[in-house]
Amino acid sequence: MPQIEVENLVKTFRVAERQAGTWGALKGLLQRRSRTVRALDGISFTMEVGELVGYIGPNGAGKSTTVKILSGILIPDSGRCVVMGRIPWKARTAHVAEIGVVFGQRTQLWWDLPVIESFDLLREIYRIPPREYLRTRDELVAMMRLEPLLDTPVRQLSLGQRMRCDLAAAFLHRPKLLFLDEPTIGLDAASKLAVRDYIKRLNRQGVSVILTTHDMDDIEALCRRILLINRGRILFDGALEALRAQVSRDRQLVIVLAHEETWVEDPDAQVIRRNGHHLTLRFDPERISAADLIARITARYEIRDLYVENPPIEEIVAQIYYEEGTAL
Amino acid sequence: MSAYVALFKARLQMGLQYRAAALAGLGTQLFWGIIRLMIFEAFFRSSAAPQPITYQQTVDYLWLTQALLLILPMRLEGEIQQMIRTGAVAYELARPTDLYWFWFFRSGAGRTAALALRAAPLYLLAWLFLGLKAPPSWASAGAFLLSLACASALGCALATLMTISLLWTVSGEGISRLLNLLAYVFSGSVVPLPFYPAWAQRALAFLPFGGLMDTPFRIYSGHIPPEEALGAIGHQIVWTVALILLGRWILGRGLRRLTVQGG
Repeated sequence: MPQIEVENLVKTFRVAERQAGTWGALKGLLQRRSRTVRALDGISFTMEVGELVGYIGPNGAGKSTTVKILSGILIPDSGRCVVMGRIPWKARTAHVAEIGVVFGQRTQLWWDLPVIESFDLLREIYRIPPREYLRTRDELVAMMRLEPLLDTPVRQLSLGQRMRCDLAAAFLHRPKLLFLDEPTIGLDAASKLAVRDYIKRLNRQGVSVILTTHDMDDIEALCRRILLINRGRILFDGALEALRAQVSRDRQLVIVLAHEETWVEDPDAQVIRRNGHHLTLRFDPERISAADLIARITARYEIRDLYVENPPIEEIVAQIYYEEGTAL
Repeated sequence: MSAYVALFKARLQMGLQYRAAALAGLGTQLFWGIIRLMIFEAFFRSSAAPQPITYQQTVDYLWLTQALLLILPMRLEGEIQQMIRTGAVAYELARPTDLYWFWFFRSGAGRTAALALRAAPLYLLAWLFLGLKAPPSWASAGAFLLSLACASALGCALATLMTISLLWTVSGEGISRLLNLLAYVFSGSVVPLPFYPAWAQRALAFLPFGGLMDTPFRIYSGHIPPEEALGAIGHQIVWTVALILLGRWILGRGLRRLTVQGG
């Protein structure tokens, strides 16, 4: 049985509209206008135990709404949603005791308390047996290297430190399912790596993870499967590679020229960027294999270095958003 | 339950960190207490008519008012206010707790911490140097402590209600000012309730606000004798329970709107 089953989930919000200007404000007193926004427009997917799914989409696509429904905070208008055999919003307390949530924009910890005391409080809130709590806590402290932070009040932590503590806090009660809503937002490179490493390790222990993010490096580093959502509809559900193939098969060859002024031309490749000695060529691997292209280029030009890469996922996703936008 | 107790303890420790605020508060209460004491002394000297409450009882009442001023539901819980304003309050639902009690104990813990820090030293000072007497009997003292605990619970219930009202009004300034004013005047913290005119006494006896200060303070000084104290404490309890039920009902409706409307 899948861990999460979502079928035809619809959620609409009423948004009050204000009219501009003084006259508009006066009219607003008499007559309120509101507009209905379909945050979710019939989404369906299932997720098995142990999966790590990247949930991506532009701002306002409906990502947070989905996560809120799945974690029992929000009630949908219609549709079916069963998470670990429960309907989240109907059995909220029992449900949230078995899931972990991290909202990157906000901390679950107590602002004025030392980290360790926040943990102790969570132990009480989630009624974790003392021995189990100590084991999990020490394990997490070691894994996230939190030891030096434990006695610091949360308000004095840096964003990266705070996020590490937040992630640990979300896992103290050993949930089987984690919702991570932009856990790497605003973090520096080292903290991002630490957070990704941690997510990966938890997933390896069998914890299912739904990760929403705008950081495509997160996706590339972590997720085998992605769900792409826009305007409340799921546009794509599958492996990252499949998404890539769906949009374009093209790959990129980056070459570093020995002489900046060299002019490179090839019948099967197209120059898409030129930056000093660096030159990016786009080619279709169906027409010419990477090996052949490289052989031809190196024979004709003086090359210092070269490598083949996939088009950055940002470009792919941006293209889908764009196509979707123009189609409507 | 233990989660709420832990929350309470954590808040108490946190409150103890703000020593400067407590010290400043102590100074202010002391200053106003002395002024009010002089006013009432002048009042008692200038009037030969019998008063509804003796001079000593008034002195006790005044100092207890000063020492325990923070029992009034004076301020909104800043963190919760912030959460409601930003919509982050929905995330509170991601914890497996009953939100009402969570908030109740959260505000209760903060309030009690601040209260204890100011009350103990001021009580001691007033008792040593400024004319505050100990309760006339052990029975009065015991009844006072019981009534004080009820007053504290009543204050928490009112404060939580005020916090919950934020779900509807967002800024909450209006309701909190209004409630503040009512509590301030009708609890006896400005003028002890026995001095109010006879026609007002019935309304004052009905309202919950007297339970915040007037009831425990009059029990303390023996103005309400121990054998009548139980009835007065019953009044406090009935109001506390009623306000808790009201708060839970309003919170339930607010949350339904929140979970349906998305905040």
